[in-house]
Amino acid sequence: MKTKQLPKSVKITNCTILDPFAEKEFAGEILLKNGKINDVGKSISADGVDELDANGAVVTHGFCDIHAHFREPGREDKETLVTGSRAALAGGFTTVCVMPNTNPPLDSPESIRFIAEKAEDLSIQLYPIGAVTVGQNGKEMTEMGEMVKAGAVAFSDDGIPIIDGEVMRLALEYSTQFDVPIINHAEDVDLRGSGQMNEGRWSTRLGLAGIPDVSESIMVERDLQVAGFTGGRIHVPHVSTEKSVHAIRRAKENGVNISAEVTPHHLYFDDSALQTYDTNLKVAPPIRSEADREAMIGAISDGTVNCIATDHAPHTVEEKESPFEYAPCGMIGLESAFGAVWKMLSDKKMSLLDVVRKLTVMPRQIIGFDSDLFAKGAEAELVFLNPDQEWTFGLEHIRSKSRNSPFVGEMLKGQVVSVVSRGQIISFK
Amino acid sequence: MGSLKNRHLLGLEGIPSEDIQTLIDTAFTFREVLDRPIKKVPTLQGKTIVNLFFEASTRTRISFELAQKRLSADTVNFSASSSSLKKGESFKDTAQNIEAMKIDGIVMRHPVPGAPLHLTKFVDAVVINAGDGTHEHPTQGLLDMMSLVETFDKLDGLKIAILGDISHSRVAMSNIIGLKTMGAEVTLCGPPTLIPVNIDELGVNVSYNLDEVLKWADAVNILRIQRERQGVHYIPSIREYRSLYGITRERVEALDKELTIMHPGPMNRGVEIDSDVADSDNAIILDQVLNGVAIRMSVLFHLLGEKQEKGEA
Repeated sequence: MKTKQLPKSVKITNCTILDPFAEKEFAGEILLKNGKINDVGKSISADGVDELDANGAVVTHGFCDIHAHFREPGREDKETLVTGSRAALAGGFTTVCVMPNTNPPLDSPESIRFIAEKAEDLSIQLYPIGAVTVGQNGKEMTEMGEMVKAGAVAFSDDGIPIIDGEVMRLALEYSTQFDVPIINHAEDVDLRGSGQMNEGRWSTRLGLAGIPDVSESIMVERDLQVAGFTGGRIHVPHVSTEKSVHAIRRAKENGVNISAEVTPHHLYFDDSALQTYDTNLKVAPPIRSEADREAMIGAISDGTVNCIATDHAPHTVEEKESPFEYAPCGMIGLESAFGAVWKMLSDKKMSLLDVVRKLTVMPRQIIGFDSDLFAKGAEAELVFLNPDQEWTFGLEHIRSKSRNSPFVGEMLKGQVVSVVSRGQIISFK
Repeated sequence: MGSLKNRHLLGLEGIPSEDIQTLIDTAFTFREVLDRPIKKVPTLQGKTIVNLFFEASTRTRISFELAQKRLSADTVNFSASSSSLKKGESFKDTAQNIEAMKIDGIVMRHPVPGAPLHLTKFVDAVVINAGDGTHEHPTQGLLDMMSLVETFDKLDGLKIAILGDISHSRVAMSNIIGLKTMGAEVTLCGPPTLIPVNIDELGVNVSYNLDEVLKWADAVNILRIQRERQGVHYIPSIREYRSLYGITRERVEALDKELTIMHPGPMNRGVEIDSDVADSDNAIILDQVLNGVAIRMSVLFHLLGEKQEKGEA
């Protein structure tokens, strides 16, 4: 990895420009001045500027992950804002929203400000998601207005579902005045019980307690109905089941103001992979059946699910080396995201432009970020891709402080070559 | 070593029928040793085996320990409560510390499914699963099959009912897999809340009518029932369970045939099985216990005792 300051003026040449906002793809050039987009076109005449030969790479918007855990404050042994940012860049992500389930949780304007201030010095654009309820206790709403002013871009008690329907209603109503989404980890905790993996043939065979698919879709149904009723904006994170997809599709047809995301791992793995009892595959929601995985691919292809988000969740080696039931849920996902997703979706007749939109324009629109990153004057957030490159994901590709990835050893397709972010160009070759 | 396909015994899943047959055949020869006045052979002299029990067990641990002593192995017992597991020394450290003391085999019971497979990643010793959570209990499956062979002289075509809490039973899973491998027919019987999803994919029948199942079966293997597990009540009452699924004297007497009665223990007399049935001539429950020692001798012999030329075979 090499990091260099961008020259004052630089022209990126010899590349295929993929504009996910205008939905165009063409051989062209990009002129950056002072770290901002000056021009994007087929051929740009600019004298006396540095040239950067992209060697035929595809250049597109930097990816945006609206669901990551960077563990700061509280578990800096697993990840920090700095190390998480490095992992993001390695995966082509230049914008990341971090979840509030830190210790203490991001449930006050002060804690949001702590993240926002630290974010100023990072190598990516980083935004905090605030907790919906104080201490993520599922009862009292946080000071959403003050937290939005301090920099919160969405609200979630991530990891912990908002069980109380009345609290969900109030949060969805109250948040409408700030036009921010509420993200609810959709799970009926009673139906989950002591479940360890998806309930089905593999949980039976492996003797691991099952988590039924309805434990997710029941909560998704409730949230969609409350959202329709209140007019609030609900975003469904890490959708994992066919039944949830049906619920979301129906609600969208009925005009409910909703969005949804899927993780790369729910597109990639099915529960037969748990045969090895690999604790890196222990996630919440669990890796589901092959039919669910196919439903997720269908849902991201047809737009029922709007975007891809990683749910990057670092845990220590010793935690993940413990027997399955004792290991915490979560896997890291930033570094492997594009290679995993493009491998899965390029087989399914999705174009690179379509897939890149799910990593750029779509997540930015959900949060309300500017999504026309090639507009003149936009701060340069670019990723250089070699989409045809097949490569084996290894520990050497991990920049996170943790290494709990079941993708290690997997052959992926599509590599991030370099990234432009916050006035720097970072190369991984 | 050569005679068995796998180096460890983690479960009956994936064990070919020839290996199950070999283990049972050898166990019958060890049964003869157990009937001698001096019940000891030098087969495992110089071998060191650790019994690593992360969950309370009386009969399985004693059975393994006796089997080891009958084979002249050196044995060490390690017990830890599962509650202390989450906090204290990590599983990996415990395993690697024990292995550092130069041992040949580890017999492990652990409350978490998959823990024996996990153990093989950290140690070179031979690993024998003595029960991993609700996953498998392979030596129990083997001793149950040995007991059936003793009674019926065969497994192929036998009709076996497994009764009770299938969902939470490692005994049921190892029995199902082993019996199906050996060509027996298996019917599971118990309340729907205690039958796991997709179990029919293992080639078994499921029934909620005990009387019909008993009419069909050559033998019934009765599992211990608990009304409540981790705060979840899977059945409304023991009274209702007895009425629907209890092996009562009346039920057995109503059959116009001999039905072989099995129970892996520990029994709840008066709950899933009546005392009169448990103590009847058709019950082979204590034979199962004796066969348990013989089958564990057989497993230890095949995994640790034979000339070890493994690896390049």
